[in-house]
Amino acid sequence: MEITWTSLDTWIAVTAALAAMSCALPGVFLVLRRQSMLGDALSHTALPGIVAAFLFAHWMRVAGWWDEVEGGSFHALLFGGAVLAGVLTAFLTEVIQKIGRVESSAALGVIYTSLFALGLLLIRLFADNVHLDAECVLFGTVETVVFNTLPDSDIPRAAVVNGCVLLVNFTLLLLCLKELRLTTFDPALAESSGISSSLVHYVLMAVTSVTLVAAFESVGSILVITVLVAPAATAFLLTERLWSMILVALLVAGGSAFLGHWLAIATPVLIFQPLGFTTVDDTNTAGMIAMAIGGLFFAAFLFSPKKGVISQSVQRSLLSFRIVCEDLLGILYRLEEFARSDDAIRIPTGAPGATIDPRKGLSGKLLDRLAVWRLTRQGYVEVTETACVLTDSGRSVARQLVRSHRLWEAYMAKHFPLASDHLHEMAHRVEHFLDGSLREEIETELDGPGEDPHGRSIPDEP
Amino acid sequence: MSADSKAAASTEPAGVSPQVEPDEHPRSSPMSIHDMTVAYHRRPVLWDIDYNTPPGNLIAIVGPNGAGKSTLIKAVLNLVPTVSGQVSFFGEPYKKQRRRVGYVPQRSSVDWDFPVNALEVVTMGLYRSIGWFRPVTKKHRQAAMAALDRVGMADYAKRQISQLSGGQQQRVFLARALAQEADLYLMDEPFAGVDAATERAIVAVLRELKDAGRTAMVVHHDLQTVQEYFDEVVLLNMRLIASGPVGDVFTEENLRATYGGKLALLDRVGHRMTLSGGRQ
Repeated sequence: MEITWTSLDTWIAVTAALAAMSCALPGVFLVLRRQSMLGDALSHTALPGIVAAFLFAHWMRVAGWWDEVEGGSFHALLFGGAVLAGVLTAFLTEVIQKIGRVESSAALGVIYTSLFALGLLLIRLFADNVHLDAECVLFGTVETVVFNTLPDSDIPRAAVVNGCVLLVNFTLLLLCLKELRLTTFDPALAESSGISSSLVHYVLMAVTSVTLVAAFESVGSILVITVLVAPAATAFLLTERLWSMILVALLVAGGSAFLGHWLAIATPVLIFQPLGFTTVDDTNTAGMIAMAIGGLFFAAFLFSPKKGVISQSVQRSLLSFRIVCEDLLGILYRLEEFARSDDAIRIPTGAPGATIDPRKGLSGKLLDRLAVWRLTRQGYVEVTETACVLTDSGRSVARQLVRSHRLWEAYMAKHFPLASDHLHEMAHRVEHFLDGSLREEIETELDGPGEDPHGRSIPDEP
Repeated sequence: MSADSKAAASTEPAGVSPQVEPDEHPRSSPMSIHDMTVAYHRRPVLWDIDYNTPPGNLIAIVGPNGAGKSTLIKAVLNLVPTVSGQVSFFGEPYKKQRRRVGYVPQRSSVDWDFPVNALEVVTMGLYRSIGWFRPVTKKHRQAAMAALDRVGMADYAKRQISQLSGGQQQRVFLARALAQEADLYLMDEPFAGVDAATERAIVAVLRELKDAGRTAMVVHHDLQTVQEYFDEVVLLNMRLIASGPVGDVFTEENLRATYGGKLALLDRVGHRMTLSGGRQ
C-alpha cells in the first residue's frame, strides 16, 4: 500500500490548519495570562450555551414565532448561546473567586463542571431525542468536512467558517495588540491608563468562545483544547517577543495540522503494516494533529535555544569545559611565573620546575585531556614530549585570567573582612567571569594595586 | 458599612493625631485625600486618612510592614475599592486627571518572563496618550528611548526583561513612569532590593522631577535615607500618624508612634468587623 495525498487531503489539512490557527491566537494570551485552564473550561461551558440556544429556537418554533431550522440565523443563535455561556463562565469564576476567596483555577473547576453538567441535564430533560454523537463531539470529524462544500466548488464550508474566524481574530489582534499586551502584562497600569482590564478580559473570553465553537465542528473538542494552548506554550519556549510568539504559535498550529494529517495517512503504511497490523489502514487525523503538536512542544521543551532543558545543560557543560581549559592556562602561567621568580611561593601543582603532562592534563580525567587537546587546537598551548608550553597568544589569555584572579582577591580583601585563605576559592570561581572593562573598573576602584593580598604582583593588561 | 467604619474609627484613642489642616484650596494640591477608609474583605486596613500633598516636593511614605503604604497608593488610584472618602488630583476626580498621575508599581507585581523587551515596557507608559486602537509609532519609541536613557538603561533597550537584574528592572519601571510625563508620581517601593547604581539613578531622577516642579510620593523602607532623599514624610500605620516637612515630622517620638506597634486595638476592632461582617 502506498501513501496517497489527494486534493481532498489538502482541503482536510487546510481546514484543520485554519481551525488550529484561529484557536492559537487567543491561546497566546490565555497562556501569557496563566489562564490556560480557561480554554478547557470554555470548551465545556459552550455545551449548556448551545443547548440553551437550541431549546430557545425550538420553543420559538413551537410558539410559531420563528420557522428557521438550519439556516444562517439558526447557527448564529447557537454561536450566541456559546458566547454568552463563555462570558458567563468568566464572570461567575471571578465572582466565586472574590466571594469564596479561592484561587481562580479552583473557582473555574467548580463553575465549568457544574455548567457542563447543567448542559447534559438540559439535553436529557428536553432534547433527548436529538441525536448527539459523543465520538463526534470528542474527536471531531475533520475527515468529513470535504463532504460539505460550498455549492459548485471543492471548498469545504468549515474551511470558510474557520478562515473567517481566523481573519476576524487576526484583525482584532492588530487593532488591540497594545491593549492586550498591557492588560496582560500589567493590569494595574492598564487600569490607571484608562484601559479597562476587565473589558479586555471579557472581550477575549467572548472571542475565545466564538473561536472554540467554530473549531468544534471541524476538529472536535479534545483537539480544540490542544490547539488552543499547546502551540502558544511551544511558542513561549522559543521566543522573546510577543509578535514572534504569535507568529510561531500560528506556524506550529498550521504546520502540525498538515503534519498530523500526513501522519494519519502515513502511519499505517510506514509503521503498522510492517509490524503486521494489516487491518489498520488509517488513523484519526485529529488525534494525529494532537500528537504532532505534542511532539513539537516536547522538542521545544528539550531544544529551545534559551529555555530548552538539553540546550541549557549543553550550555552548562560548555561553561564547565571552558573553565577547565582556562584553569589549565592559569596554572601554566603560574608555573612560568614561578620558574622566573626566586621566592618560594607555593603553587597548586607543587614543586619548582613542575610541568603538566600533555597526555594527562591536570588530573588525567577525560575533561582535562580534552582541555589540552582543545587549547592546542586553539594555538594557546604547544605540546612537547613531556610538557605543555604556553604560546604567546596563550600567555596573553592566561595573563588576563591571572590578572582577574588577583584583582578580585584584592577587591575582596578590601571590602570583606575575610582571612586571606578565604580569598582564593572565590577568586578562582570569579576569574572566569570578569572581562576587560570590569577589571579596569576594579583597578580604578582599588587605585591601581600592584599586588594581591598574598603579595603576588598583579600582571598588567596584555 | 461606611457608617460602621466611621463609628469604629472614632473609638480610636485620641492624642496621637496631629493631622494636616484641611486645605481650603485643594486645586493647588496635586493630591488631596479626604476621610478615606480602605478595607480588604470588610477589614479596615487604613482608617480615616486625611492628607493634602504639597506640590513640587519629594514625599516619603514610611511605616512598618502591613501599615497600608501600598494600599494607600492603590486606593487613591482606584485599584482597590475604598469604603469611604474622596480623593482628588489637582482639584478634580482621578478619572479626569489620569494623564497627570504616573504610577510605579512594585516590581514583583508583574510577570518578568513576559515576552517583551525593556523598550516595549517603557512604551507602555505612553499607551494612555496614544489611545485605544492606535498603533505605537516611531515617535513614541523615541520618547521611550529617551526615558530609558534618563535612567541609564539605553544600552539594554532590546533585552528581554527577564534578562535584566532586579535593579535594572526597577529602572525600566521608573523610565516607564517618566515617559508618561506626569505631574504627580506615585511609586511603590522603588528602592526595594536594588543595587547602589540603581539607587543613585533613582535619586537623581527624583531630584530632576523636583527641579521640574513635579511631585513624587514614594513608599520607602529605609529610614536612614529619608532625610537625605526627601523633603516631606508621611508616617503611616493603619492611620496617618503624622505628615509634614522631614525636619518637623521625622522625629523619634513620631517614629515610635509609627513603629511602636501600639495599634493592637485598631487591629482587633478591624478583626471583629470582619467576623461580624462574615455573619451578616
